[in-house]
Amino acid sequence: MTPPLIKPKPRNPVRALRRPTLPPPARSRAALRLTAAAAEGRFELQHCCDCGTVQYPPRSACVTCLSTHLEWRETDGVGELIADTVLHHSNELYYRERVPLRLGMVRLAAGPSLLAHVHGDCGSAPTPVRLRAHLDKSGQAVLMALPSQDTTNMADDPMLREMTSDPKFRKVLVTDGKSAVGQAIARAMIDAGAEIVWAGVAEPWKQAGGLDALAKLPQIEQVTLDVTDEKSVRDLAGVIGGKVDILINTAEFHRAHGVADRGTETAHAEMEMNYLGLLRLAQAFGPAMQARAAEGSVPATAWVNLLSIYALSALPSHGTFSASKAAAFALSQNLRAEMRHAGIRVVNVFPGPIDDEWNQLLPPPKLAPAALAGAIVKALREGVEDVYPGDVAQDIVRRFRESAKVLERELWDQ
Amino acid sequence: MRGAETLSELAGALAGGGVRVVDLSQTLSPRFPQIVLPPEFDQCAPFRMAEISRYDERGPAWYWNNLSFGEHTGTHFDAPIHWITGRDLPNNATDTLPAASFVAPACVIDCAAESARDADFLLTADHLRAWEGRHGKIPPRAWVLMRSDWSKRTDPVAYQNFDETGQHTPGPDARAVRFLVEERDVLGFGTETIGTDAGQAAHFRPPYPCHTVMHGAGRCGLQCLANLDLLPPTGSVVIAAPLKILRGSGSPVRALALVSE
Repeated sequence: MTPPLIKPKPRNPVRALRRPTLPPPARSRAALRLTAAAAEGRFELQHCCDCGTVQYPPRSACVTCLSTHLEWRETDGVGELIADTVLHHSNELYYRERVPLRLGMVRLAAGPSLLAHVHGDCGSAPTPVRLRAHLDKSGQAVLMALPSQDTTNMADDPMLREMTSDPKFRKVLVTDGKSAVGQAIARAMIDAGAEIVWAGVAEPWKQAGGLDALAKLPQIEQVTLDVTDEKSVRDLAGVIGGKVDILINTAEFHRAHGVADRGTETAHAEMEMNYLGLLRLAQAFGPAMQARAAEGSVPATAWVNLLSIYALSALPSHGTFSASKAAAFALSQNLRAEMRHAGIRVVNVFPGPIDDEWNQLLPPPKLAPAALAGAIVKALREGVEDVYPGDVAQDIVRRFRESAKVLERELWDQ
Repeated sequence: MRGAETLSELAGALAGGGVRVVDLSQTLSPRFPQIVLPPEFDQCAPFRMAEISRYDERGPAWYWNNLSFGEHTGTHFDAPIHWITGRDLPNNATDTLPAASFVAPACVIDCAAESARDADFLLTADHLRAWEGRHGKIPPRAWVLMRSDWSKRTDPVAYQNFDETGQHTPGPDARAVRFLVEERDVLGFGTETIGTDAGQAAHFRPPYPCHTVMHGAGRCGLQCLANLDLLPPTGSVVIAAPLKILRGSGSPVRALALVSE
């Protein structure tokens, strides 16, 4: 049985920092579809549309009938561990630091047999298991066999922790602790076991409901942070930059304006906060987080961006806001590409309308801040990197993938 | 040649004692709060500073910054065009106001004790007449500066002083403003707070009387002043020149006062 994760001692300051290393990142174009599904928490395999064969590893043609008519479909991970072994040596730096490693062959009920990491709580072969695809430190999908039933400390398995970002014992920065969303996320992080939650406060002279109550929680520390101010961001990074394990950027400026009904000042303010704010945070907090990505048992692990589903396809009634979120989305993809060198997961959250004052005129369903916070905790625990929380986001991402053009037209009058 | 002698004497007094220069300006910094409007209105951009280079790969031998801020940021000057009442006046903007408006004598009304007792303290015409009883009549084309010691509130929260009903900072009432404009022909009104009007002035009749009446009569404003406690009630000369912005409604200023020692 996996021993429970124990609270890490403070770092020994005379010991050299363990530098982050990565498992092999290369994947074929076909295999990247496994990664694409895992990024959203799904396990998909290639299904042959002609003969029905389910195959692995991914290929360009069906191994049974040579058809090229293959489709990626969500696949049941139920299977049997038919052989397992323990790896004690590897020339890959990443694995060398992590041996002994349990590996095994899983035969899925759906057909194929696959080589997978094996969770410590799985019995010896033969035994029933659940197979999941997870993103590893390289950001690429790998397979992991889990026990068929949840076990007590399942999340604390060392290899599973390599692929997830559980907030337990972690130090979290929530960049805007004044908004209802920021406060809900701060509370959710505490409930998930975070050791410290720094709650950023900008423009302290503007009162924010709930902040005083939040500040009474022992894990909360209010910090001055205005992401529109380079100096403020750098000043805070100078103090806590070397401690943040999870950064959740909730700072957001939102007004409901179209393109032609206002000057450029609101658009400017949205870009200052939603786009340039993220850039400032990335420059100030990114390097130290990357340096600490392999430190001890609870290293720096994840960077969460609060985007908007309208970053994918603009909502004209919130036109400049959508544009600023699209810019932030593009930036977050670049951030992800850079953070991957250390294995820091960049999690993008694409909510539909949040139930707040700037979405007053949008019809329900609207996402409650607590529901959004819950979705972020779940994503961190499951190691997911793209999150579409709530019905509206789910609906829009589905329609976006069906036809971006149809969706564009349908958003015109909303 | 009387003017030349005066200037020569002034230069001597500035160099050798007798006349001191007092800095009436707050430091322009991202930390200094900017005016807050209800969120449905567009906002004054706060002061922000981004490094261009600092003796590094972005520019090896030089240090400089790009700045961004609204016209009404930090210690700043309000031109008559700032308010709708002054929009059609001649020479009403930072580039067209006569330069003589930027150098003027100052009368300093000490309201520090009253403001300490009551954040919503209002300066009335009666207060002004009582002040004149002690210090003499306010001369035409002078600045009238309201000392509240508000500039000593270094905590931005205390400086802004918001609660759920808005801002609570001292300022003039409508009759005081009319008295200064109509009966004393002042150049303008200056404060240590974030506006020339009181924090609650949105509820006055007319709303924002200092902006409405002063600017409507072509008069100016100074706000976020500091060090007014170092000025005598009368006898100082204020130098406060806005940047020469094309049709500018105001500008941050380095406000100075010449004070006899």
